[in-house]
Amino acid sequence: MKYRGELLRINLTDKNIIREKLKADIFFNYLWGRGYASKLLLDEMNPAVDPLSPENKLIFALGPFAGTPLPATSRMMVVTKGALNGLIASSNVGGYFPFELQHAGYTLIVIEGKADNPVYIWINDETVEIRDASHLWGKTTSEVDALLKDETHPEAKTVEIGPAGEKLSRIAAIIIDAHRAAGRTGVGAVMGSKNLKAIAVRGTRGVSVISSQRLKDYLTKIYERVKKSGGVTMFRTYGTTRTVRAINSIGAFPTHNHRDGFFDEYLLIDGENVNKEILVRNGSCAGCPIACNRISKVYWKGEEYVGGGPEYETLWAFGGQTGISDLHAVTYAHFLANEYGFDGISLGSTIAALMDLFESGIIGEDNLPFPVKFGDAEAMINLIHLAAKREGIGDLIAEGSYELTKHFGHPKFSMSVKKQELPAYDPRGVKGMGLAYATSNRGGCHVRAFTVTEEVYNTDDPEYRLKYDDKALIVKELQDKQAVVDSLGICSFARTIYGVDDFSEMLEVTWDIDLSPEKLLKCGERIWNVERLFNVRAGFTREHDTLPERLFKEAIKTGPSKGEIYDKREFEKLLFEYYRLRGWDENGVPREKKLKELGII
Amino acid sequence: MKVLTINTEECTGCKLCELACSFVKAGSFNPLNSAIKIYYFDKNLEFVPLVCTQCRDAYCVKVCPTGSLYRNPETGVVEYNKALCIMCKQCMMACPWGSIKPNLTSDAMIKCDHCGGDPECVKYCPQGALLYVEVEDAVYFKQRETATKYLRGE
Repeated sequence: MKYRGELLRINLTDKNIIREKLKADIFFNYLWGRGYASKLLLDEMNPAVDPLSPENKLIFALGPFAGTPLPATSRMMVVTKGALNGLIASSNVGGYFPFELQHAGYTLIVIEGKADNPVYIWINDETVEIRDASHLWGKTTSEVDALLKDETHPEAKTVEIGPAGEKLSRIAAIIIDAHRAAGRTGVGAVMGSKNLKAIAVRGTRGVSVISSQRLKDYLTKIYERVKKSGGVTMFRTYGTTRTVRAINSIGAFPTHNHRDGFFDEYLLIDGENVNKEILVRNGSCAGCPIACNRISKVYWKGEEYVGGGPEYETLWAFGGQTGISDLHAVTYAHFLANEYGFDGISLGSTIAALMDLFESGIIGEDNLPFPVKFGDAEAMINLIHLAAKREGIGDLIAEGSYELTKHFGHPKFSMSVKKQELPAYDPRGVKGMGLAYATSNRGGCHVRAFTVTEEVYNTDDPEYRLKYDDKALIVKELQDKQAVVDSLGICSFARTIYGVDDFSEMLEVTWDIDLSPEKLLKCGERIWNVERLFNVRAGFTREHDTLPERLFKEAIKTGPSKGEIYDKREFEKLLFEYYRLRGWDENGVPREKKLKELGII
Repeated sequence: MKVLTINTEECTGCKLCELACSFVKAGSFNPLNSAIKIYYFDKNLEFVPLVCTQCRDAYCVKVCPTGSLYRNPETGVVEYNKALCIMCKQCMMACPWGSIKPNLTSDAMIKCDHCGGDPECVKYCPQGALLYVEVEDAVYFKQRETATKYLRGE
């Protein structure tokens, strides 16, 4: 085995900086990235700590292929106890920072403690400095990115928080290279609570893999596959934006805070229109041939803005969910979310919840600086500015939809699971996603088990998506597989290029590491259980594994899923079947037998 | 004679050309050991790859005191013979484009030689931003685009 990974441990309280070798007994059982970091968190930290306290740890973790040309393998996981809901958070992101970090020689950074004053970390290969960041405090993410490049090296890559993270917004993201987001679960607030404004990295050490004919042959083979892949062509042409049309066409595109599952004006915010109206060119993450990233130019109030995005999720959150179809406004909202450092999904859906409260007559204009009706783009943009300043109603928006709606006495208007806003797939129209949301280890999220592929595309039965059937098994298997993908630093969109068999071969030809596909999937199950154990110890149990009441009670009103609700009894059945398949008890707690079998205890 | 052409509009800044080049030239994945280099203009997210232009009257050849850099008369490519190189780096100083530089991990210069007629960077470019074509064809697509515009009366 040629693999040597290094971990950088930085304590902001006492300014200690330690380098550690990655432990083989951990990566052979928990892999790298999300798995390694989750295991560290469970071992080193009390899951009951306040996520915004110095006791919480903030981990940036890469996979074993980061920095190589193996397609789409330089993703990073931000792992911590999330500020939004107190669950184990892992927020995935690409861009250039992860690649650069590996080229500086580090696979993981573990941030501990809390700095007395705002600081940033400058990693220049083996030189690591904690520097004063008082001049950066209050700055937006693109301003920070530019200033750090001036102060460190023009080729440095950055992660930073914006005003949202500084002000401990529970829906704050960590922004990468000014245009990409480790968005979910409030990781930006954790960074802010540590007074850590940014990290800049420059790497010149490269990645020395086994330079063998086998690796060269493998690269040739995989790049042939990339060229022929229809999925790659689709992502390259539309990014994620054409999903608007695809999901709306099955009536699973949540609209007006999930009052409906179909958006009449969808064509205005769909991929075709993105390409026609605002797309400048494609961008990509380092080392990725797919290049799904959109670089767009939009106009708002006569001003021109260029940035990365939009994505399907933000086209939905700032579009369908708020009932807004002005593509320029929706994309500008995406840009603003990145500038201020908010999670686009949570921010858009929280604003939609506020609109819903207003339109339902629960709050009136006396609670608000201006009316906030569905479809009002100007109100949405102004609310985003207020949220960044935490001014007036913005102070509540920054807390996320659950706290906002609870404040007004109606938490059921929050379309969230475990306080995290649901993404853009309505479970009433794709039943598997309901269980996926309810059981995701970080709260409402679509990327732990993306059942849409199985339920809509890989089946001949057009009604399959509306059946409850075997969805518990599908969710369980996808969760385990996704844990492997995330822990190898591989992008979810590479699913159109390769599968678990390929991962084994890649580990072998790159590092001479022997992990069979079966062993990899076992690691996935182990990772899932470790995360669940963390959550159980943090106080989460079966009662939290549920869906918003609206999805059980109110049917989709229009479109191809008209009349569909999420049947509560069917849900309970699915959940118990899921627990059984997982080897957990009826309260969703992993049984001792299962933990022993997996070698966790 | 073939040339390596760059279409900046197609480049997505993915760095695969740099990785492929450094692997074949220096044996590890390191953009700093690549003969091709992408420049990033962050404000508008623009990407510009730069590569040796293989000058006919190359300054690097002129200043090389040992003859380790020389022009291949058949291909027009300026090639590098490591055995003769004394690592004085005069070529690096002389090149007006910054296209030749020392290998960070060994005593050699990194010089684009079109990989002997089958450039690795071109093979890995997923967007078609890099093309390796006969010099007379290098302008073909630009001409066709111009002709199309005439046809449409633009």
